[in-house]
Amino acid sequence: MSIIHEDALQIASAIKRRELSSIEVVEAFLDRIEKVEPEVKAYINVAADTARKRAAHLDRMIADGEDAGALAGVPIAIKDVLSTRGFPTTCGSRMLEDFVPVYDATAVDRVYRAGTVMLGKANMDEFAMGSSTENSYFGPTVNPWDLDRVPGGSSGGSAAAVAAGEAPWALGSDTGGSIRQPASLCGIVGMKPTYGLVSRYGLVAFASSLDQVGPMTRNVRDCAALLGVIAGHDPLDSTSIQGEVPDYHAGLNGDVKGLKAGVVRELSSKGIEPAVKALFDQTLSKLEEAGVACEEISLPSFEYALSAYYLIAPAEASSNLARFDGVRYGFRSPEEVDDVWEMYDRSRSEGFGGEVKRRIMLGTYALSAGYYDAYYAQAQKIRTLVVRDYARAWEKFDILVSPTSPSTAFRLGEKVDDPMTMYLSDICTIPVNLAGIPALSLPCGLADGLPAGFQVMGPPLGEMKLLNVAYALEQEIGFKQRPGL
Amino acid sequence: MISIEDVEHVARLARLALSDGEKEMFRRQLSDVLEHARAISEVDTTGVQPTSHALPLVNVFREDEVKPSLAQGEVTGNAPWATQGAFKVPRII
Repeated sequence: MSIIHEDALQIASAIKRRELSSIEVVEAFLDRIEKVEPEVKAYINVAADTARKRAAHLDRMIADGEDAGALAGVPIAIKDVLSTRGFPTTCGSRMLEDFVPVYDATAVDRVYRAGTVMLGKANMDEFAMGSSTENSYFGPTVNPWDLDRVPGGSSGGSAAAVAAGEAPWALGSDTGGSIRQPASLCGIVGMKPTYGLVSRYGLVAFASSLDQVGPMTRNVRDCAALLGVIAGHDPLDSTSIQGEVPDYHAGLNGDVKGLKAGVVRELSSKGIEPAVKALFDQTLSKLEEAGVACEEISLPSFEYALSAYYLIAPAEASSNLARFDGVRYGFRSPEEVDDVWEMYDRSRSEGFGGEVKRRIMLGTYALSAGYYDAYYAQAQKIRTLVVRDYARAWEKFDILVSPTSPSTAFRLGEKVDDPMTMYLSDICTIPVNLAGIPALSLPCGLADGLPAGFQVMGPPLGEMKLLNVAYALEQEIGFKQRPGL
Repeated sequence: MISIEDVEHVARLARLALSDGEKEMFRRQLSDVLEHARAISEVDTTGVQPTSHALPLVNVFREDEVKPSLAQGEVTGNAPWATQGAFKVPRII
């Protein structure tokens, strides 16, 4: 078998059966990285040496009959927004170019404890702000399906690595669609869990009331398994949900008969590319064949969700990113300065890229005296209306569906100079973050050789239902294509 | 919609030093985004409570116990300029 195209759970069982060693698997992925990385540029830093050492260590444990974890020896890519102890964590920013964390993020700690081997830190839009990975200080990642196109963002490096065979799966983060949109554009599965299900400890904060860590995988089974590893209460995150987490992998049965799906009109008609719309409609038929009744629903507040999001997220970001002051960590301007204020101003201006400065400015404006009520406070009220619209939908429907992204992958440079056009590419994914509910993107086919995603949304803590719908639908769709890289 | 003076005021609040080119670019781009965002003012939100968070959070408490913490060297290890366990900065007053 070609190791690099196997899914993660197959690799895990081959290692468990001792048909493969972890070091063989890691070497296969490092070879692949060496081969395609000059073109794809999915990683900011590859952890070749530490990965080899850890794989050898795990192989010894397995040979000695010790318990090395349920996923022992399986490689993983980690978005560079999650802290990794002793290994650089840059957030795609000059600000953190030389930053080496002194602790692991909880999600990272949990994937390590399960026995995985980190291959490297995946590229991203700076501080997770962007929809194309073009905002990385280290240069853009490209889409493995078409090297002239973007992989989506902000978790574009994670998505491209999984699609290009540079990692069997990855961790990403999603504030307004940053897992689901790149998953859609790269033809993989990506899930944003319920807010609070996965700890944010060690996740560099963008918009704290919206950020969530989640799995990016080649199929739904892997998605369920990886979610099971990272989910669960963490005393180090005060917004972490208490309570037992179901065994998502064991609960996967594809039993969806009798479920009702609402097709969100505001997210699936206006502004959707015809080819994406056609694939979406075909997928709806498949959902019905799987036994799910589909019916349209209108959720009128969603018309305003994008505008509300682009006030709330920058407002929270402007506050969170105040910590980057050139004192305790991060970039400090080497210029000669007169006082500490000039040092702050210069360090922040030289350390942050254009999009980050734009959002800090936007957020500061929305929070400033005279504009607070009209922008920030009104946006938070719109957020309440979005929450209410969803609550109304759950009275009638088990799940809601829409396209994940209004288009397939766009060209590099196409939207980068026009922020508003770039922001509109998040239109289908944003309401989910405002309400804190779970959602998943599943590949539903190719339009002119480029993948499109089908988004399934569910009520709070409805992950098991989402995964089962996606599992049933995955079998109906039978998406097996891979980029010809 | 936004003036250069507005941009300069906000940049001061955000502690950013912008070039003249950046000021003009942000003036234009922020005006675009805020123009789009103005649509939210059409919505009647009388009596609607704002949502600041997706979870109905209450205060989370824990026992105030002494636990091991990071070593001083680890804490200052990422600082651009630190000596003798302290962060060094330029003149403040």
